[in-house]
Amino acid sequence: MFLRLVYESFRRQSRRKLLAGVAITLGVAVATAMIAVATDIGDKINRELRSYGANLVVTPQEDTLDVEIGGINLKPPSDGAFLNEADLPRIRGTFWHHNIVGFSPMLPVVVKVDGSRSPARNTSVAATEDVTLVGTYFNKQLAFGKEEFTTGVRITHPWWKVDANCKGAATPLGSSAQPSGQNCGWPDDNSQEVLLGERLAAKLGKHSGDAVNVNGRPLTVAGILSTGAAEDDQIVAPLALAQQILGKPGAVRRVYVSAMTKPQDALAVRDPKTMSPEIYDRWYCSPYVQSIAYQLQEAIPHSHAEQIRQVAQNEGTVLSRIKGLMLLVTLAALFASALAVSAAMATAIFERRVEVGLMKALGAGNFTVAAIFFAEALLLALIGGVAGFTAGSLLAHQIGRSIFSSQISIQPVLFPIILTIAVLVTFAGSAAAIRRAVKFDPVFALRGEA
Amino acid sequence: MSTAPGTLRTPQQVADRRAGSPHTSMFWRMLLRAAALRRGRAASALLAMVVAAAVATAMMNLYVDVQAKLRTEFRNYGANVVVVAKNGKSLPADAVSTIEAALGPKTMAVPFSYAVARTSDGQSVVVVGTDFARAHQLDHWWNVSRWPSGPGEALIGVRAAAVVSSKREPFDLTFQGKTIHLAPAGLLQTGAGEDSRIYLDQSEFQNWTGLTPTTIEVAANGSSDEIQQAMKSLAAALPAADVRPVRQIVEGEANVLNKTRATLYASATLVVLTSALCVLATLIGWVLDRRRDFAIMKALGATERLVNGFFAAEAAALGVAGAILGFFVGIGVAAWIGRANFHAPVVPRFSVFPYVLAGSVAVALISAIVPIGLLRRVQPAIILRGE
Repeated sequence: MFLRLVYESFRRQSRRKLLAGVAITLGVAVATAMIAVATDIGDKINRELRSYGANLVVTPQEDTLDVEIGGINLKPPSDGAFLNEADLPRIRGTFWHHNIVGFSPMLPVVVKVDGSRSPARNTSVAATEDVTLVGTYFNKQLAFGKEEFTTGVRITHPWWKVDANCKGAATPLGSSAQPSGQNCGWPDDNSQEVLLGERLAAKLGKHSGDAVNVNGRPLTVAGILSTGAAEDDQIVAPLALAQQILGKPGAVRRVYVSAMTKPQDALAVRDPKTMSPEIYDRWYCSPYVQSIAYQLQEAIPHSHAEQIRQVAQNEGTVLSRIKGLMLLVTLAALFASALAVSAAMATAIFERRVEVGLMKALGAGNFTVAAIFFAEALLLALIGGVAGFTAGSLLAHQIGRSIFSSQISIQPVLFPIILTIAVLVTFAGSAAAIRRAVKFDPVFALRGEA
Repeated sequence: MSTAPGTLRTPQQVADRRAGSPHTSMFWRMLLRAAALRRGRAASALLAMVVAAAVATAMMNLYVDVQAKLRTEFRNYGANVVVVAKNGKSLPADAVSTIEAALGPKTMAVPFSYAVARTSDGQSVVVVGTDFARAHQLDHWWNVSRWPSGPGEALIGVRAAAVVSSKREPFDLTFQGKTIHLAPAGLLQTGAGEDSRIYLDQSEFQNWTGLTPTTIEVAANGSSDEIQQAMKSLAAALPAADVRPVRQIVEGEANVLNKTRATLYASATLVVLTSALCVLATLIGWVLDRRRDFAIMKALGATERLVNGFFAAEAAALGVAGAILGFFVGIGVAAWIGRANFHAPVVPRFSVFPYVLAGSVAVALISAIVPIGLLRRVQPAIILRGE
């Protein structure tokens, strides 16, 4: 009888049930989407914060002092120590290699450039000029063990912009993974092509496609580089080319590493030498910027890794603010959807007090009546919960795609949690209405005076 | 139902009470009595309205204010504009005050001047003259063991310290034959170029080298349009200088801010829609519940227009009351979120009130019109018979 009552109630009052079901589905969908977005937002924003560039720099341990003003390096070129380019792929072998978004080696060399000035300026001068040429990876294919990956300034310095007039077939550069339009102007890592900083290009009167004489070598200008920093006065070349010019194959002056890190806390800033083994393990296995620096030092021989404080120190605050904000907004969303579900349930039950009156007049006890309503609510919550979870996952997926152009991963553990919340909220929303429905005097309810 | 059997009054009692009350028009009396007699239902409808309006207000307030709050956080990344003297020229002596006058009081500008000096054992080192108080405010990430406070004190980058004064003893620097004697105040660590430099107070630096600032780093506040505008006015105010954006900072900020704003927008839309749904469900139930009132009014000869007007007025009154109450609750919620998350209260924005009010009344009217439309097709007699 009990099951039949519940079944018939769903069959005969399908429209009313549909309304309550829709409310539950929508509420659960919003809750699922918001929880999914809020749990994933930290990771997403962390990735976006990488557009501020590298947060770690690796230098040789015994390095001499940099003497650099406004992008002009005044240090004798062969002075100081170097890292070995062959050691760099080992960065992918560190414990937190999944968190390392990319790295770029840098090798600055002072070169002489023919100052073939533009005709508008003083044409009689054809003197040579001292310019810094920086060798680096643009989008270099590397392999560590069996793993292949690409890295370079395209990843670690996303604000670098290259201007070039490439038309159609003139873009056979870079890896095939990127659409060719984005590769326009970027030199290949194995070529003899260079990028000219925009202020230097204006000074020399060069455009993309022109030839530029560097230390007597004729090089092609692939594009004009704009960075808003010292590189605007420099030449940026493939690392191999800079090593040839310097005459030191395999030499790298410093490596910029861009890594996703955890905001630092009290543990992060402790000295690993003073830690007990358990604390050391915990420190080592947390993606703090300090522990990643420590691991980079281990991976690259004779190196010193340091956080770039301007980037590393600020991202933690920004990250925790945005995460906190989303958490609070998610709470508001959960509250609003819980209320919507409760309101819908209360309305649905309130409309059925005549039914309650009839059941009680026929001898049903308070407990039986309440059990029937709760069974219906449970069924509604489960159906609405499953439908809402599916809809919410799609919604989260859509938000991830349109805002962050990447997947928002839904943890499977979320499903039982969401379902439990849906059932609890539906019960809570129904409880007050059921109690009132049960307390009615059947006579008044049946006479229609309630 | 508040008219439970126990609270029913005899007709005489009701008549006595009514005689004492002021004679307002029937329309208003029906509105007031409807709210007063069905207190429970009216209260739950109003509560739904208040919650929805509060959530909407809080979301709108946050959406507008969070961008300003986050921009302040992003200013911790330091300068977003640099002013550099054009080749061979120097910046005017009052350049810093010119910049701060041009961009308003919230702008921070720090002058830097550079020279290459020699240590006593002939090594080259870059020496920078700056204003320590300003640099301290602009460059939050500088890890400084002690800021210089007196004359003859210098701030030394950790890598420079190894060269000039590894045991923190005073040292000499020479620039074009002139020597200066300096005491190390503290060590500076940034992980970038600053580590290899020595920082001096600008006036001391100028007395020693005769060089004036060539670079001014500026932290301008505001949206990217405002910063573009600020750069234009700077370029006009300082013709001898190049004004450039620090692309790394400007583009990183724009990127993160846009993503956050879009996420917040999507979330706020979802939350506002859900709360509108909640109001809709509650109000439709409330109106449907009163189909007997509706039927009695029609049976007693009320015109269609009067009945519609009555329910619409009731819904509108509910919407207005809910919006006003909800607005203040929402401002409180937004202020709390601001304090909890950004340690600064969210400024109440009364400009969002018209939107909240219009939205609340619209939702309330919709949820009144839908059931009325359904009821209109039914004969009053059928409703009154309880079918």
